[in-house]
Amino acid sequence: MTTLTETVESIRAGQTTATQTIQACLERIEKNDGHLHAFVSVDSKRALARAELIDNALKAGKPVGPLAGAAVAVKDNLCTDFAATTCASRMLAEYRPPYNAHVVECLERAGAIVLGKTNLDEFAMGSSTENSGIGVTCNPWQPDHVPGGSSGGSAVAVAAGMVPAALGSDTGGSIRQPASFCGLVGLKPTYGRVSRYGLVAFASSLDQVGPFTRTAADAALMLEAIAGYDGRDSTCADQGVPRYAEKLGRSLEGVRIGLPAEYFGEGLHETVRASIDEATKVLVDLGAKLVEISLPHTSYAIACYYLIATAEASSNLARYDGIHYGHRSKNAQDIMELSASSRGEALGPEVKRRIMLGTYALSSGYYDAYYKKASQVRTLIAQDFAQAFEKVDAILSPVTPTTAFAIGEKTDDPLAMYLADIYTISANLAGICAVSVPCGFDPAGLPIGYQLMGAAFQEETVLAIAHQYQQHSDFHRRVPPL
Amino acid sequence: MSALKRSMTEPGITFRTIIGLEVHVQLRTKTKLFCGCLLEFAALPNSLTCPVCLGLPGALPVMNREAVRLAIRLGKALNCTIADFAKWDRKSYYYPDLPKNYQISQYDKPLCQEGWLDVPGEDGVGRVGIQRAHLEEDAGKNIHDTPGCTLVDLNRTGTPLLEIVTRPDLTSADQAYAFCTELQKLATYLSVSEGSMQKGQMRFEPNVNLAIVRDGIEYRTPISEIKNLNSFKAVRAAIEYETRRQLQDWMADNSYLFGERPHENRGWNDGRQVTELQRSKEQAHDYRYFPDPDLVSVEVGRNAALQGELNRPIDELPVARCLRFQAEYGLSANDAETILAERATADLFERAVEAGAPPKVAAKQFVNVWSKLANEYRRSIAELGIEAKRIGALAKMVEQNTVSASAAKTVAAAMLDSTDGPDFLAEQLGLIQVVDEEELAKWVDAAIAANEKAVQTILTNPKKAKASEGFLRGQVMKISSGKADPGRAGELIAKRVAGLKDQED
Repeated sequence: MTTLTETVESIRAGQTTATQTIQACLERIEKNDGHLHAFVSVDSKRALARAELIDNALKAGKPVGPLAGAAVAVKDNLCTDFAATTCASRMLAEYRPPYNAHVVECLERAGAIVLGKTNLDEFAMGSSTENSGIGVTCNPWQPDHVPGGSSGGSAVAVAAGMVPAALGSDTGGSIRQPASFCGLVGLKPTYGRVSRYGLVAFASSLDQVGPFTRTAADAALMLEAIAGYDGRDSTCADQGVPRYAEKLGRSLEGVRIGLPAEYFGEGLHETVRASIDEATKVLVDLGAKLVEISLPHTSYAIACYYLIATAEASSNLARYDGIHYGHRSKNAQDIMELSASSRGEALGPEVKRRIMLGTYALSSGYYDAYYKKASQVRTLIAQDFAQAFEKVDAILSPVTPTTAFAIGEKTDDPLAMYLADIYTISANLAGICAVSVPCGFDPAGLPIGYQLMGAAFQEETVLAIAHQYQQHSDFHRRVPPL
Repeated sequence: MSALKRSMTEPGITFRTIIGLEVHVQLRTKTKLFCGCLLEFAALPNSLTCPVCLGLPGALPVMNREAVRLAIRLGKALNCTIADFAKWDRKSYYYPDLPKNYQISQYDKPLCQEGWLDVPGEDGVGRVGIQRAHLEEDAGKNIHDTPGCTLVDLNRTGTPLLEIVTRPDLTSADQAYAFCTELQKLATYLSVSEGSMQKGQMRFEPNVNLAIVRDGIEYRTPISEIKNLNSFKAVRAAIEYETRRQLQDWMADNSYLFGERPHENRGWNDGRQVTELQRSKEQAHDYRYFPDPDLVSVEVGRNAALQGELNRPIDELPVARCLRFQAEYGLSANDAETILAERATADLFERAVEAGAPPKVAAKQFVNVWSKLANEYRRSIAELGIEAKRIGALAKMVEQNTVSASAAKTVAAAMLDSTDGPDFLAEQLGLIQVVDEEELAKWVDAAIAANEKAVQTILTNPKKAKASEGFLRGQVMKISSGKADPGRAGELIAKRVAGLKDQED
């Protein structure tokens, strides 16, 4: 399967056309999405029309963007004015935004063609894409297994070769975990690196948009396109965007990689541990130095995360009341009942659970014990990382304790599902960047990945390490049996 | 109030009214608090909206620095401490005119804290404590005039408001009225708000209860909050009514007491001139305040515009400036207040005086000449854009009798369309006052010859003599096309008439 870099290079070189590329993607979707369910919607007509424009521009020798002609998919919680943005919720099943998300504008300005919108756990709440109001997405490596979540649709679209790259959003691991489950590179940029304008909020202080690709080099290309200042998001950093793709060649000689003791303890599956050990050996062979480190507040991260994320979610999702847009109940006598019934009818059980948890955490008399305390713990977790990055250039850890689990295996046990986020949520709480990199397969043939965490705005460091590793491994080249 | 006390209380009972005010002042920004939508009154419903103020999924608020700057300016004038950060919180409640179902406001770190406003009253100036003043976005408007449905207009959503909360220092409806008018004057004077009541730019919520003393024991009635008053008159009437009602309710039932009965939210029925019970405060929402994660706190000292506002010396406030204008320039209280309706106009007046204008004459011109021209153009005097130097020169010409006061009006109008000095324009218009006695004598003689009846009145009817002299003076001005010096003309008329009298005698 071709990478994003190969795709744009061959289009630019005239070896293929944007139209041919889009048609090939549409064929893969046609062939496989009937049983994988990666996409919520595909707009082939619009995609082919844009491809023609790009082909014409290329023929006329006009300048085109760095991603010209490449098909991309975007998670269906990113606003598009040309397609419904459902967040995989019955609440927004027919909701069509009047504007495009900043990242969608960026991709199309760079010449990429948004082929469709991908499935997710409703409002990005979940770790398996089973909480979708649209339907369950299947893991292409083993279709009775979950692809991870919440950006499961984007992960599957890339893993199954339907598109060379896709965007997801990551609030507690929603890019990195499905990337790991599907054998892909998944990057959660630093908080503030990418504008959230047009990303339907789950937890505003944790959400960040990032790419799924096969390679770190492709992730660098995608990040260059979407990163940078946007005045419409006041949490977006006014900081220059490095040419990530040009900095991948950096040698690993002397690069210090931290191994946090807290991330390799109980609960980590042996096959995952063994694959990560192998990966660290490759990095050592390339000149990296391993450093034992400690992130002492790790054990509080899950509790901290599920208080802050649910509190923010309870407020962010208050707007879905059926008054101005979205599902409106037909069974209401008065205005309060209208809001209550509309929400009751259209929101799924996991979303309701989190809204209730968050509402409770913010309630008068509980705020200090829950939300405020969690915010304080969050500062301590961020300090752990700040201290660690004084000693190391990057931190290596597992992405998840296990490989992908079977569909239905954890749906009755939300707590078990929450615990699967244990290695990924700290990066969101601390606001740092992190990337998931393929590094093996379990005996059942399901992919394994490791996570590299970098200090804030050090995407070039983690991408360079991942790239050097991929020059000496081939897990990312394997294709699922479709 | 005193009448009320007499008519209502039994012997041995005294009471005082305790009043605190919450005032919402709309800030005079071009655009909304968190998006670029324009603020216009009475625009087509929902025409001034965007994804941000509609609260659409994925849209994000961005702080309007101008609103913060204006809030700092008013906060400083209210003697408040200004916070280091502009920090934002979400206040949650469900209502159809609130599209996000939370309002962005400031909860635990209001931008302005602990100040005061001095309010003139019958017993001298009273100091009213300001507890806090914080920024927040306004909600939209539910319109119930279509039977069977409610329409929502979100044009007002996101309008920047400064909510000012006083200490319960006010003691009467009159004082509350005075506070509100003083606050309006201050806000308009500082250009912080248009202060228009018609456009709903100021809204008032008095909190009222009574401290009643009987047999040396003090009883307090439950506090009632009168919601959403939009005129000064309503503030006074509602507090007066509420005072009466609470006293009556307590006299009818002595357990009508603070702590035993809930706080009440009451609405003002302007037609019936009564307050009516709304939901009680005990059933009030849990607003679940928490810091808005979409908005970073803005360090006031780090932003150039905000810091500039912060470091500006505190302005001389209109009350003090009005007294100074009277003392320093000898202006009447009325003239001083008219000039002080807007700071820029008052500043222009002082610059004209600095440029050599005689203050009293200049003040008369501000009130009689310039304000009329400004009204014609629907602007303030300062917005007419005439330089202080030229305004001062015109006043000086009247003072020195170079032009008459009436001719000065014509010159002033000409100054609007020209950059020339008033002396040149008066010359061009032929309005330079003639001091030539011969010419003046001709005009006076002509006026006397043509108005024998008036002359006779002066000679025979001392009661009407003054008026007739004035009439003749006016005729001289008319004959001379305004070129005569009215003072000199008056003197000459008196002299000529006296001469006629001598002849008759």
